[in-house]
Amino acid sequence: MSIANEDVKTKPLIVAFCCNWCSYAGADLAGTSRLSYPADVKIIRVPCSCRVNPMFILRAFQRGADGVIIAGCHPGDCHYTSGNYFARRRMSLLFSMLDYLGIERQRTRVEWISAAEGSKFAKTMSEFAEQVAALGKPNHLGELR
Amino acid sequence: MSIQDKILARAKELMADGTVTSVLGWKKGETYTDPSPAFFNSVEELERDFTFNHFCGQNLSRLLNGRKAEDGKVLMLCKPCDAFSLNQMLGQHRVERDAVYVLGIPSPTILDVDKLRAAGVKGIRGSRFARGGEVVLDTIYGERRLAGKDAVLEKCLACKTHQFPIYDEVLVKPKGEEHAEPENPYRFAGVEELESMTPDERFAFWQSQLKRCIRCNACRNACPVCSCVKCVFDNPGSEVAGKSNIDAFDDKLFHIIRAFHVAGRCTDCGECSRACPEGIPLHLLNRKFIKDINRIYGPFQAGASDDGVSPLTEYNTEDMEPGEAILKGSGS
Amino acid sequence: MKKISTEKLPLLYAALNGDRQLWIPVQDGDRVEFGLWREGAAVSLAGKTLKSGKDFFFPQNEDFVSFHKDGKKITITEKKRPTEEFVVFGMRGCDLAGLEVLDLVFLAEPKDSFYEARREAGVIVTLACGTPDESCFCTAFGVNPAEPKGDVAAWLIGDSLYWKPTSEKGEKLTAELGSLLEDAGADGDKAVAEQQAAIAEILKQLPNTELELPKVGEAEFDAWFDSPNWAKMAESCLGCGTCTFVCPTCQCYDIQDRDTKDGIRRFRCWDSCMYSDFTLMAHGNIRNSQMQRFRQRFMHKLVYFPQNNDGKYSCVGCGRCVEKCPSSLNIVKVIKAMQNMEAMEGVGK
Repeated sequence: MSIANEDVKTKPLIVAFCCNWCSYAGADLAGTSRLSYPADVKIIRVPCSCRVNPMFILRAFQRGADGVIIAGCHPGDCHYTSGNYFARRRMSLLFSMLDYLGIERQRTRVEWISAAEGSKFAKTMSEFAEQVAALGKPNHLGELR
Repeated sequence: MSIQDKILARAKELMADGTVTSVLGWKKGETYTDPSPAFFNSVEELERDFTFNHFCGQNLSRLLNGRKAEDGKVLMLCKPCDAFSLNQMLGQHRVERDAVYVLGIPSPTILDVDKLRAAGVKGIRGSRFARGGEVVLDTIYGERRLAGKDAVLEKCLACKTHQFPIYDEVLVKPKGEEHAEPENPYRFAGVEELESMTPDERFAFWQSQLKRCIRCNACRNACPVCSCVKCVFDNPGSEVAGKSNIDAFDDKLFHIIRAFHVAGRCTDCGECSRACPEGIPLHLLNRKFIKDINRIYGPFQAGASDDGVSPLTEYNTEDMEPGEAILKGSGS
Repeated sequence: MKKISTEKLPLLYAALNGDRQLWIPVQDGDRVEFGLWREGAAVSLAGKTLKSGKDFFFPQNEDFVSFHKDGKKITITEKKRPTEEFVVFGMRGCDLAGLEVLDLVFLAEPKDSFYEARREAGVIVTLACGTPDESCFCTAFGVNPAEPKGDVAAWLIGDSLYWKPTSEKGEKLTAELGSLLEDAGADGDKAVAEQQAAIAEILKQLPNTELELPKVGEAEFDAWFDSPNWAKMAESCLGCGTCTFVCPTCQCYDIQDRDTKDGIRRFRCWDSCMYSDFTLMAHGNIRNSQMQRFRQRFMHKLVYFPQNNDGKYSCVGCGRCVEKCPSSLNIVKVIKAMQNMEAMEGVGK
């Protein structure tokens, strides 16, 4: 079941996995500060960036996401001490593998956003959405077979 | 004395003096090309059925999964690449060290039956290497000669070392210093070739390969480090297709997730590609992870030690950021 | 008997394709597998295909019914039985024998209507095996690789393809081809007879073609079932499904539901008795060791199936398991080991 987003140039669908303790609060702050970022960024709250299973990312792409971003606490600030360090290694390897399979590296990103960085959240999401839109076509992971 | 006779003689000795109660090796098949892995429980069985030739490609360490010392000590006839797998399994506590006596044996360089069949070689009765690496096959239709690369199994072309990371005894001491063999340029050539393509070309390549997958799960079951007691893909409640290739996406998901699950643990023994009935080059997925790990986190060889530590089970506070790491991994 | 020169084969393929689908052995890297024919396809008729062509009649996945939920309304859509005609070119004698085994299962009452529809819609052109492989042992199961069954039998000899319709569907297909095929006359019969004699000679040299088959009646059953040989043979079985998925007679399937978010897709897919979740029930699995699963597969082929089908074995000797098992285990080894049961049991005691 793959839902290709035909409107990717103007409305790229972004799935953002945000850590509960920092980045999700950062998104909140962006909202309460009335900062705008693309409405097609869908936020999924996770307890920690290292909770993100590779399967989540693949499923997001399969179900029509054009880009996937993982946002967590800054290195050293993890609520669970070291989760984001593990996530950093895992996502480096996984995103490199996706690039190797033909899912352009511009579609994936990891960013550290604290609860105080509402403006960084908004800016990151806008930039990332632009970067994905520039690819100009929907992701085709669902057809890789 | 041929290498087969040497192995047999030593195995018989170890069995006779009670060091081991059984031997894990290869048993003669119906033809020269189909020896099967087997446990031998007596000297008579060994004498009658034992064989060792260029078609003994199976990695025997997988068959020791779950082996305990109380099951009796088994003599494992261990090629260098199998020794890396065994060591990795020891690190993951899948085998008890006291359950196995490791006899390091030189790898005979395995030949690929599928390559030979594609080259029209049938009725094989014998095989040897001529000077210069040419493969000479004695067949019922006469002698056939093939260049090494057209006959040798992928995993042997990509051989990483002839040294043993673990052993109780080595039958023939390999030449050279331990762990100091020059890097085999062939090993990552396939990965680099793919990396040099455009994303669309890479996509087309993987699409053409993975579409063949019939979901027989041979790659997983042959893998010495894929040793989960219950695989996520065998769980009907996991909402992923386990044995049907009904969903194009799930097949690909299977291969990506499988490669990711063994990343940092994969010793590059090549069993997945050898076992695949459809000839999908699965080693290209595993080697990408290995190459990235080497480049991003420093040289690492799974199975070189039995401490069970891998780059994905630890971290460094100064690690590279993912965006940078991807660029470094692909060498661009 | 008709014939066509090999130069004109692309014309024949185009005509067979017509406005239906033509499946034909296509070379792809080191492997040859049935593929949909297209202009310029790399057709390879040298040996047998990786899988047997069973898929065309009993596909690995087959949708049965789908449920769609819209608010409180649930729509149930049953999948239509496939009726579009298609041609499979280049199945071998063993592959056809495999279909005969499937017929016994799926066309017995209650009939499997999907299988039946596909059997009716498919026209099969079989090809004689000019160069049988060392893995082949079809003759042991009474298959003649030099005179394959099917709707049309064909022989590739020198620069001609000889063509003999053997069923009504085959006659109809031949009539459609019209003047593309010429009359082979007496020369055709002679050429075919010569090739058949040559094939018979090759078969004598192959290692397993004279395999002696076991006859397991009630008297022998317990000895077979309880034989310690099973544990011995199964110890290097990895429990993958390769043998069952490449086998032309394996017919077990599972029916699964898949969540489509707004409904359910119900389909059947091939299952393998080698898997730990085969026949899994609420209480667990009735066969919980690989030895039991291994034994089940071969007992089914060599004992249970013949018991229920007038002595017909559900193996056709195509040799695909011989070629593809990662541990080089196969039915030939099993048959030989079981026949030497007494000899084996003496060892190691």
